[in-house]
Parts: sequence; C-alpha cells; structure tokens
Amino acid sequence: MITPAMVLSAILFVVGTFGVLVRRNAIIMFLCIELQLNAVNLAFVALSRIWGIDGQVFVFFVMTVAAAEAAVGLAIIISIFRHYETVNVDNFNLLKW
Amino acid sequence: MVDILFYVFAAVAIGSALGVVMGRTPVGSLLFMVATLASLAGVYVLLEAHFIAAVQIIVYAGAIMVLFLFVIMLLNLGHEYRRDLQGGVAAVLSFIVVGVLAGLLSRQFRGEGALDVISAPGGQAIDAALIEHGAVGAIGQSLFTDYVVPFEITGVLLLVAIVGALVLAKRRVP
Repeated sequence: MITPAMVLSAILFVVGTFGVLVRRNAIIMFLCIELQLNAVNLAFVALSRIWGIDGQVFVFFVMTVAAAEAAVGLAIIISIFRHYETVNVDNFNLLKW
Repeated sequence: MVDILFYVFAAVAIGSALGVVMGRTPVGSLLFMVATLASLAGVYVLLEAHFIAAVQIIVYAGAIMVLFLFVIMLLNLGHEYRRDLQGGVAAVLSFIVVGVLAGLLSRQFRGEGALDVISAPGGQAIDAALIEHGAVGAIGQSLFTDYVVPFEITGVLLLVAIVGALVLAKRRVP
C-alpha cells in the first residue's frame, strides 16, 4: 500500500499546484498550498514505513510550520483586504513589471 | 478490506481536492478541504500512523481550517467566480506546467515493486515501537531525543508567528 499512497500523494500535489496556478482568490490559493503540504505529509508517512519513525516526526514539524504559516498569511491577507477591499491577486500589482 | 478502505479514502480525497480547486465560494472550498483532510487522516490510520492521524484531525481540520473560516467570514467577500479564474496565456501556461509535473511524477512510479505495509523494513521497527511505547510514545521517544533541538526551535517559531500575526492584523492607531 506504500506505492498507491505515493501515487495518491502525487495526484494531490498536482491538484494543489493546479489550484495555485489557476485561481486568483488569495484565500483559495492559500488553501491549495495547504493541499500541497498535505500531499507531502502523506509521502512522508508512507515512506516512514520504509525508513522508520523519523518520517512521522517530520510530518509533525511540517504541521507546526503550516500552522504558523497560516496564521501569518491570513494576517497579511486581512491587512491587504483593509487596503484594497478585495482579495483578488490581480489587484496587487504594485511590484509587477 | 484494508485495500478497499484505502481506495475509498483515496477517492474521497481526490474528489474533494478537485472540489477545493473548483469550488465556487471560499466557504465551499474550505468545507471540501476539511473532507480532504479527514480522508487523509483515514489513510494515515491505514498506514499505522495513529498519532499523526489524530493530530491531523485536531490541529489541521480543527484549528487551522477554523482560522481560515474566521478570516473568510471576517472579510465578507463577494461572489465573483468569473473573475476568479486565470485567463488567457496564464491559463495555458498553468495547464502546461501541471501536465509536465504530472508526467514526471507518473514516470517516477512506473514499474515500482509492490511494497507491503506490514513487511516493509522500517515498518517492523515502527510496529515494535508502537507495541512498546504506544502511538504517542513511539513518536515522543524520537522527538525528545534525536529531534529535541528542532522541537525547541519550533516553539520559538510559533511565538514569532503569534507576535507577527498580531502586529500584521492589528488595526493601525492613527
């Protein structure tokens, strides 16, 4: 069941990448990044059946970093929304060339 | 039985991941995301990672997704689905990037030997640790000996994240 789990992880990662590339709502892009993190977590857990418990410890760290990233990212989205009254990333073109 | 359960969970995970990407409203996407996380927790249980499955439900589906939900409801977004999708050259480029990525990943899994959860080499060590220490102890043993420095740094990271989120989201006092 390790190989099917890795395939599932790959599919979820591709779906997450697709979401980040195609959507323009900042919150949904953020959710898709979380989807990618979860795909990597699944790969870690599946491979921990081969390499030992270290994979699960790394999943623990990835979850912590995801929580910190979600808190800071959502704070940035809130502060951008106060300024522009939208979360559509097309409107944030100040640094675009 | 385990295989059937795995494929059920995998189908739910992929279906609701597509729901996240295609969801018309942010709240709908978020609820699909919760379904994805829950079915991934089921997959973790099938892979004998019980503690990770519990943390997935409690921390991810319980805490992080609720934080997202609060922010979505706080922002009071309109429904502008049409403008939400990438158009023109960017959409074509996205499809090309995703296609290349999918092709590379599928090449990676071609002709892989079947690996069994029970007989895999690291699996036996994990199962021995599970019997000896329990689901939490098996991870805790490694977390507080080999990975104690990263664990402490994680605490600092969380503190910095809390302070940073407060400073960023706080309304400016004129």
